[in-house]
Amino acid sequence: MYRYDEFDHGFVRQRVAQFRGQVARRLDGALTEDEFKPLRLMNGLYLQLHAYMLRVAIPYGTLSARQMRRLADIARRYDKGFGHFTTRQNIQYNWIRLEDAPDILADLADVEMHAIQTSGNCIRNVTADQFAGVAADEIEDPRVYAEIIRQWSTLHPEFSFLPRKFKIAITGAPRDRAAVRAHDIGLRMHWNADGEAGFEIMVGGGLGRTPVIGKTIRAFLPKQDLLSYLEAILRVYNQLGRRDNIHKARIKILVNQVGAETFADMVEAEWREIRGGALDLPADEIARIESYFAPPDYERLDAASPAFEAQRRSDPAFAQWVRSNVVAHKRPGYAIANISLKPAGGVPGDASAEQMEVVADLAERYGFGEIRVAHEQNLVLPDVRLSDLHALWQELRTAGLATANIGLLTDIIACPGLDYCNLANARSIPIAQRIGQRFDDLARLHDIGRLTLNISGCINACAHHHVGNIGILGVNKKGVEYYQVTLGGNADENAALGDLVGPAFSGEEIADAVETIVDTYLEQRDRGEQFLDTYRRVGLQPFKEKLYAAH
Amino acid sequence: MPLIKDGKLADDPWQVADDGTAAPLIVSLEAWQANEGGIRQRNTPIGIRLASDQSPALIAEDIERFEVIALEFPKFNDGRAYSYARLLRERHGYKGELRAVGNVLRDQFLFMHRCGFDAFEVADTGAAAVWEEALREISVWYQPTADRRKPATTLRRKPHPRRPAAGTSSGPGDPPSVACAGHWAY
Repeated sequence: MYRYDEFDHGFVRQRVAQFRGQVARRLDGALTEDEFKPLRLMNGLYLQLHAYMLRVAIPYGTLSARQMRRLADIARRYDKGFGHFTTRQNIQYNWIRLEDAPDILADLADVEMHAIQTSGNCIRNVTADQFAGVAADEIEDPRVYAEIIRQWSTLHPEFSFLPRKFKIAITGAPRDRAAVRAHDIGLRMHWNADGEAGFEIMVGGGLGRTPVIGKTIRAFLPKQDLLSYLEAILRVYNQLGRRDNIHKARIKILVNQVGAETFADMVEAEWREIRGGALDLPADEIARIESYFAPPDYERLDAASPAFEAQRRSDPAFAQWVRSNVVAHKRPGYAIANISLKPAGGVPGDASAEQMEVVADLAERYGFGEIRVAHEQNLVLPDVRLSDLHALWQELRTAGLATANIGLLTDIIACPGLDYCNLANARSIPIAQRIGQRFDDLARLHDIGRLTLNISGCINACAHHHVGNIGILGVNKKGVEYYQVTLGGNADENAALGDLVGPAFSGEEIADAVETIVDTYLEQRDRGEQFLDTYRRVGLQPFKEKLYAAH
Repeated sequence: MPLIKDGKLADDPWQVADDGTAAPLIVSLEAWQANEGGIRQRNTPIGIRLASDQSPALIAEDIERFEVIALEFPKFNDGRAYSYARLLRERHGYKGELRAVGNVLRDQFLFMHRCGFDAFEVADTGAAAVWEEALREISVWYQPTADRRKPATTLRRKPHPRRPAAGTSSGPGDPPSVACAGHWAY
């Protein structure tokens, strides 16, 4: 993991002191809310329906056990004993008092954390593959570059008042677990013909009210040029992005307006002016950051564990959990264990302070003290010995953290919705809970197979409903909440936007509608197909017929 | 409006509307484009004021004629002029006064200063009193820009005094100067 040095420690402390002063000036009226707003947003503090919400950055989703304990402590002391893990690998606290915010930031600074740039019109927390460093298919650990970008983008004086928020995601593996084409900039590591690793640069992806899949503007960028190229993209956007209409201000609108080729030409022209300069990343600097992410002291283990195999055979519930929640690790004898924060009827992404502490404890006893946050709002223990999986699973079960539904229908991504958010048009969480209860049958879920379901409470699409296999969007029609349904969306390396099935459903009808979709898929599916395969083969029509047959 | 220059409240000799005197004059881009010859005939120092949608590329040929370039912030959250400032200092080699005008707030001083502004029109004299404090709030930076502050990435590579300097080092520089950034070449 990255560790702060004297510069980083000094910086976050100064930042806390600065924000303490800003809060004091707000409280005594020297700052208007309008003037204070961008300052608090750059420190992660939103004003929500009932209270302030603090969004804490978890850079590229990597946490230590110590940091997780501190997050639990903050949940207990300053919130109602809960935290909410988000689709951008952050954690949100929904019941914060403005007066407490500087103290919380000071508590975070103690454990090398902050809330900088988790909101506002700036470069947001950089997200990455949650299996970075341990995925079997990885080229290089993307966190090295995410950390380099994090530092470069932190309080960037030129890019702190962009036309709109700016999100960067990075994957170091061919299998895209970071949804890079749904970001303002997506970076995909790959090898060029000479066997050199570098980045494909995608720009202008994003969901929201104008969903767009990012376009490639450069097929291969050498690693040393990463920052100068990013600076060129941001500089073009900062000057030319629209500022007259908040809904037209994202970079995707600019890219669409001038065309991806012209945009690429503008970036390349700017880049020619600055490449090879002060932003050049020397190999020794990359190596310095890489050393922080060096693999832990893995034991030499056999690829197979007879004990694990026996437990799998004798314990069907354990076998089921392994099937959905355990992923191949790049080291023999180790596995990646996913912890679902989606129990049936629960709030997607919520964890209690006690659960956070359990996870911290398990990360130390069954790993190297490291935890990951997935953008699907789940947690990950990245380094578990195969022979420990059964014991781990039992402890997770005791803590209510062993739901065997990763990647399955009830692994629902949902935004906070109208229960918390003042942008929302409709509730998301109760819909997720209703669907979760409807499908509260693990055998059935496993039979249904891989299926992503995303619920956003408004067109800002925080839950990425456009790229859910089943996407649900809350809308408000004359004061009543309705839900539009899209099918066939996909967030991975074959990213696609879903197709609208037809008229929206009421809150009472929506769980039935999902069940009808699932039943139609089960009728239509050929052997070995997952939902998306069947959908691509049969199209929208059979679903439409079933959904609207009664109308 | 009060002007902070080189960290202090300063008299502003510049006029923005031609009152017929020989005082130095800041003109708009439109006025410059319409009457460059007439303005140059005044034989007084000339400055130019650019709106936030007017890139300095539009005056690239004339930059040496201006002793002041004023960049507008119509609202504090319109951040275009941060890029313009860096381009003027780093690309066009502009060495004259770079003035931030419009909605210029103390919480933006640091960002502006880092991008190459050295003069600030502020709403009231109180802003000058907190100038130094505002500039001291953060002293660690992670990116090279137009000012002389060394980013952490450079300082980390600074050779340790007890060890011989590594051959690849760009060498340590002066500590960051808060009051005035005298040299703009990074």
